[in-house]
Amino acid sequence: MTGIHAGRIVRFALLSLGALLILAPYIFMISTAGKTQSDIFTAALSLIPQHVYFAENFAKALDKVPMATLLWNGVAVCGLIFFFQVAVAIPCAYAMAKLKFRAARAMMVLVMLGLLVPIHATALPLYVAFDKLSLLNSYVALVAPFTISVFAIFMFLQFFRAMPDDLIHAARLDGMSELGIVARVIVPNAWPAVTAFAIFSVVAHWNDLYWPLIVISKQAYATPPLGLMYFRAAEAGDDYGALMAATLIITLPLVVAFLLAQKRFVEGITMTGLKG
Amino acid sequence: MGALSLRGLSKAFAGNAVLNGISLDAEPGEFIALVGPSGCGKSTLLRILAGLDHADAGEILVGGKDMSNVAAADRNIAMVFQSYALYPHLTASQNIAVPLAMKRLSRAQRLPLIGAWLPGQGEIRAGIARDVREMAGLLKIDHLLDRKPGQMSGGQRQRVALARAMVRHPSIFLMDEPLSNLDANLRVHARGEIVELHRRAGVPTLYVTHDQAEALSMADRVAVMIGGHLLQLATPETIYNDPTHIEVARFVGQPRINILQAIAENGRVDFEGMRLALLEKVANGPISLGIRPEFVKLSPSGRSGVAGRIERLEFLGSEIIAHCRLGVSGDSVIAKLAPQEAKDLIGGMPVGILLAPEQAMVFGPEGRRLRIAEVAGARQEPAYV
Amino acid sequence: MSSVALAGNVLSTAALRARSEDRTAWLLALPAIVLLFLFVLLPVIAVIFLGFTDFELGYGKFRIVGFENYAHLITDRTFRKSLWNTTLYTAMVAPVSIALGLGVALLIEGELRARAFFRTVYFLPVASLIVAMATVWQYIFHPTIGPLNALLSLVGIPGPNWLGASNTVLYSLSIIGVWQSVGFNMVLFLAGLTAIPRELYAAAEVDGAKSALDRFFLVTWPMLGPTTLFVVTISITNAVKVFETVKMLTDGGPNKASEVLLFTIYQEGFVYMRVGYASAMTVVFLAILVVLMFLQYRVLDRRVHYT
Repeated sequence: MTGIHAGRIVRFALLSLGALLILAPYIFMISTAGKTQSDIFTAALSLIPQHVYFAENFAKALDKVPMATLLWNGVAVCGLIFFFQVAVAIPCAYAMAKLKFRAARAMMVLVMLGLLVPIHATALPLYVAFDKLSLLNSYVALVAPFTISVFAIFMFLQFFRAMPDDLIHAARLDGMSELGIVARVIVPNAWPAVTAFAIFSVVAHWNDLYWPLIVISKQAYATPPLGLMYFRAAEAGDDYGALMAATLIITLPLVVAFLLAQKRFVEGITMTGLKG
Repeated sequence: MGALSLRGLSKAFAGNAVLNGISLDAEPGEFIALVGPSGCGKSTLLRILAGLDHADAGEILVGGKDMSNVAAADRNIAMVFQSYALYPHLTASQNIAVPLAMKRLSRAQRLPLIGAWLPGQGEIRAGIARDVREMAGLLKIDHLLDRKPGQMSGGQRQRVALARAMVRHPSIFLMDEPLSNLDANLRVHARGEIVELHRRAGVPTLYVTHDQAEALSMADRVAVMIGGHLLQLATPETIYNDPTHIEVARFVGQPRINILQAIAENGRVDFEGMRLALLEKVANGPISLGIRPEFVKLSPSGRSGVAGRIERLEFLGSEIIAHCRLGVSGDSVIAKLAPQEAKDLIGGMPVGILLAPEQAMVFGPEGRRLRIAEVAGARQEPAYV
Repeated sequence: MSSVALAGNVLSTAALRARSEDRTAWLLALPAIVLLFLFVLLPVIAVIFLGFTDFELGYGKFRIVGFENYAHLITDRTFRKSLWNTTLYTAMVAPVSIALGLGVALLIEGELRARAFFRTVYFLPVASLIVAMATVWQYIFHPTIGPLNALLSLVGIPGPNWLGASNTVLYSLSIIGVWQSVGFNMVLFLAGLTAIPRELYAAAEVDGAKSALDRFFLVTWPMLGPTTLFVVTISITNAVKVFETVKMLTDGGPNKASEVLLFTIYQEGFVYMRVGYASAMTVVFLAILVVLMFLQYRVLDRRVHYT
């Protein structure tokens, strides 16, 4: 019995140590965001600020970073991308999974090839094209390349294949059109897959720096990662207090969303991960 | 002292008692079927025996030696699981070899990759391979040895699982519903095979099943467990013909025993002209009367027996099941008839229902069997009053 | 006669139905097909084509130069450095984050009470804006005011200039990479662990696998095969795609010590505007991804799927 007990203590200690290492950046972020410049320079290891400077640092960050614009851009871009991805992928996946579709095999090959190609590989020609069409610095440029997600097609395809055919046959016997079936039978039943994909998609595009960095050069269209980069470049120096405050504000939305719906988050990542 | 003795085993999960003081002795080479409805604790009992769970109280003796604090790996108890639990990444022969490798090879010799280069392991492995082949021959699975479980049928997997359990000559054999994943035909066939294998191995076997027919047809003795209690442990004949508890009577037999509500008065039971004098003293009040369907006869003329009606006839080929209702009490009664007995019967017709009084069983209000001193037909005074 | 005609009729209506179903399918898949061509297929073809040109943004004309770009790549010291750095980074981040992810998953799996808490904590970096967290790491790694070196000086070790010295910068970036991906791998491994049937562990115990280590080698590790393969592939691909931390923290420096593949492509293509040359690099990048995928599907996949 004592052996089991000791094992549990060792396990708990190991997990706690790891957790501390994982949490360390967050701890320093919060603590530094409340420190004065001089505290930062002299007392790196004291976690409790000697002069509580949160208000000043946050004021500076909010003053220099157009936080509302950034967050709005982030929400709008992620929302639009997600909407188009689902609206395009679900009908396609349904056709491939449940209809007598002669091109289904060819589509499958396309999807598998598409899974291989990240935005980094297509960025150059897309950039040239958007430049020619004078679409740089626009929501179109931010959203358009991601309206097609082969990953979404792949995931929904797996999900629909597991759905019983009888469900669709019953709907047809009830006189529904194919589009009606997609809208009223498939989509409501695909809800777990849709939420899982939503989390995957939003996390990916909220975090993305590469593409926005390429097509956006104006503050007005900056997404959160890009905005933070601008702020850091502008405030270059070593004003870590304000920088950490800005970092905190910009990290918060997704972290809060995660803490509120962490079960869904973990499920979503697992589902998208294991099926990918 | 039997080969295996359980003494007052109790177990509770989160305050719910799953096992209530189970005691049982198995003779050497005996085949005992543990039968009961799902959730009765039979699988928990098996897991405790195997060392996979621990009892809250009680002891397990194997050959007189207490096993309670011995790890599962050291008990030399083999188990066949309901899902067979074959390692899907190993071939049949590798699966069968696992218990031998665990026992005969040292930890270093078992290590992946490195182990194969350590001295002395070659001979041991050859011995293991020999034993595996021998066991495969006994179970007629030689041709499957290089296949992985995913490439086998349910019946083949079940044989491999049996081989894995038998290969190390365990001192006790545990089986947890090993046939429930097979289709009906195969299941009946496999019953005979398992009994045959058990006879050859001569090792005490505890066989868990929820199928009473399986238990009755295979076991030397049947243990009926209900609600965490071991209600009766006896030969299949005794379990069927002489159950000591109403739940045992209900659980065993297909179609189920007829249970009729009656009143005991001054040690006597009167039911529709049937008069039974009880051997034991019982308070006046409701009791249950059990009578098996094969002891119910129907008289189409309605001239004898209790007046009733046939509600429905079920044709089963060699026999016919008649679902009837007694006219006065409204109790439903099932009769099992030979085809010639039923040839004049049709659903909906009024019949006389004859209950054989000498075959009736009386159960007290708490379910315990009450012995009958004397049986009488209509209008006969019990002798001892 | 009439029955034959009837059969013919039935056949043709069935064929008609199939044709109409096919048409519906085309209609439903059309948006996806169009977008797939527009944003995946055409750009890939274009990138391959551009790789054979000397196209530069801003110049109207370009000519086809054959394999000149590729020949140049072989001798390009920046590109070679960048490939080597990407390899090193991947060789550090992938194995460490996989091993730690598995370790944490195994520890959490056995934990009863604090399980949910630990899972949340380890997963937190996955849900955090990596660009933002990179700036926090920059502060932690700061040579003079950073807490890490302050901590090291407490025990008398002179801390290095983590992100500022060419001999440590790649390690520092790797630490961030590991920190970021352990939780992701852990969650995947946890899902793999819960999918292992409990009865297999019971069987292993009855079969004589006494210690946890025995059961790990007999059941856990083989049964985790498909998960591990997936985690390995995704970890390597993600490590090869490292960009955000480099762009935010080092800009490839100091002295090209943290030049990685995507950063070099970005510099060439979008900063120096040498699209043709950058396209050739992109083709190399794509080829690496194709090889990784091929390895996953052909070589390893057969060994880890048992049914």
